Amino acid sequence: MTAILQFAFDALSVGSIYALGALGIALIFGVMRLVNFAHGDYVAFCVFALLWPSIDVVAIVFVGNLPWYLLIPVILAIGAGLSVLSEILIFRHLRNSNPATMMITSFALGFVLQHVLLMLFTSRPKSINLWSNLSLPVELMGARIPLLQVITIVTTITILFALVTFLKRTQFGIEMRAAAEDFTMARMLGVRANRVIMAAFAVSGMLAAAIGLILATQTGTTDINMGMPIMLVAFVATVIGGLGSLPGAVICGFLIGAATVMLQVFLPLEARPFRDAFVYLAVIACLVWRPQGLFSPKSARERV
Amino acid sequence: MLLKVENITTCYGQLTALRNASLSIDEGNTLFVTGPNGAGKSTLLKTIAGVVSPVEGSIMLAGSPVTRKTPEDIARLGFSMVPEGRHVFGSLTIEENLRLGTGMLTDKSGIAEGLAHVYELFPMLAERKHNPAGVLSGGQQQMLVIARALMAEPRLIAIDEPSLGLAPLVIDQVYDALLKLRETRGLTLLIVEQSSTRAILAGGRMILMRSGEIVLEGDAVQLSKGDALQAAYFGYGEH
Repeated sequence: MTAILQFAFDALSVGSIYALGALGIALIFGVMRLVNFAHGDYVAFCVFALLWPSIDVVAIVFVGNLPWYLLIPVILAIGAGLSVLSEILIFRHLRNSNPATMMITSFALGFVLQHVLLMLFTSRPKSINLWSNLSLPVELMGARIPLLQVITIVTTITILFALVTFLKRTQFGIEMRAAAEDFTMARMLGVRANRVIMAAFAVSGMLAAAIGLILATQTGTTDINMGMPIMLVAFVATVIGGLGSLPGAVICGFLIGAATVMLQVFLPLEARPFRDAFVYLAVIACLVWRPQGLFSPKSARERV
Repeated sequence: MLLKVENITTCYGQLTALRNASLSIDEGNTLFVTGPNGAGKSTLLKTIAGVVSPVEGSIMLAGSPVTRKTPEDIARLGFSMVPEGRHVFGSLTIEENLRLGTGMLTDKSGIAEGLAHVYELFPMLAERKHNPAGVLSGGQQQMLVIARALMAEPRLIAIDEPSLGLAPLVIDQVYDALLKLRETRGLTLLIVEQSSTRAILAGGRMILMRSGEIVLEGDAVQLSKGDALQAAYFGYGEH
């Protein structure tokens, strides 16, 4: 029983980060068919925003010293700001270009962000002490679960719930869903394209910031590459979920999280270092079986 | 004059889909656009709606130049478009679809009345208002997009083939409703139909398009009397 509980919490907390990442990518893809590969670098950027720029070995904590009720909004705002800025300065001008052009541009933006961080902070990982007492375990029905895992899962569920409420209950949310499904038709009904796209970038940037905060707390280190692996898995989750489907992205984020943890537990010891090979084998099988993704929205199939 | 289109030419890459087209509609009037497949009827509507930009020419709507305006700005001037193909938002409920076009209305007081009106017009939509629109059949989706366009309280509604996929009885209902709105609210109609039959029944002016050009224009009833319409439609006398 305790093993199952332990497993469930591990799977959910790993899956949470993937789901948040996948959602951030799917939101942008939905409204402008852009796969934003810079998303992972937004995550790293938000983590480094906690620090004062320096090439010293020891991190100089700056924003990270704020009390949590100020720190969280500041970092979320930085994530949203960075994301919106990249839309205004870069992606807006590529709105009608070929998806491949937009994707390559996002790659380039990712490298620029990464190297800005490299210049300001060096490539050396630094340790950061952010809410380290959250790593202490709590006793839950016999299982010892790090408090942070519980908080990660609760936070993710809260974010998902808030986002669903926003998308279902507000006029702006309905406009965003409509725009994700059929952008031109939405515009013909008076939905303002720029506002919807900027809102999607803002939400996506906040999701990246949330991932950054969770990662920084979990690992206690900052590293300019820390967003990349998450971004990769999150991207895979959006593809298996059916590009453009928000629920698909979230569910597949959790699925990949669960698969990763499950393989970690059940693979024979010698095979464990190759865990990701098995995860991606499952991904290939999944895509061969359903190339359009598990939850492909109708709009993705017939779109002019 | 509510809509004035002057000498517009629209290209898709190398292909000229619409050549030197001009038309105008007065408020409260009806203009039918007919012609065979590939005549440029849909391109004409899309160009007016701002979905594609003309390479030449000018478009005035309600006194404002809209030639290179965005679709949302044109919609906000009172132009409601029902494009070809059924553009329902499948993951949104029927009622969410209907409410979508009301986001731009400054006066929200008419929304409840508008909903009641379209539900009366298409009772089937009322029965399923909380279901996702994706589950509707083709004809039902067509009803939904027409209803949705009406919800935006337009001054001018442009419909690309309203009869496509609808049962004859429902087509009658749709036309009855449109003509009634024309009488009561002064709604202006711009309707694309493949055949001229509806234009003759509904009355109004008609233009005939072929190979990207407007080849004939006049009163629908008058035009249908002679052989000119048939000749122009099929291109007799040019081969």
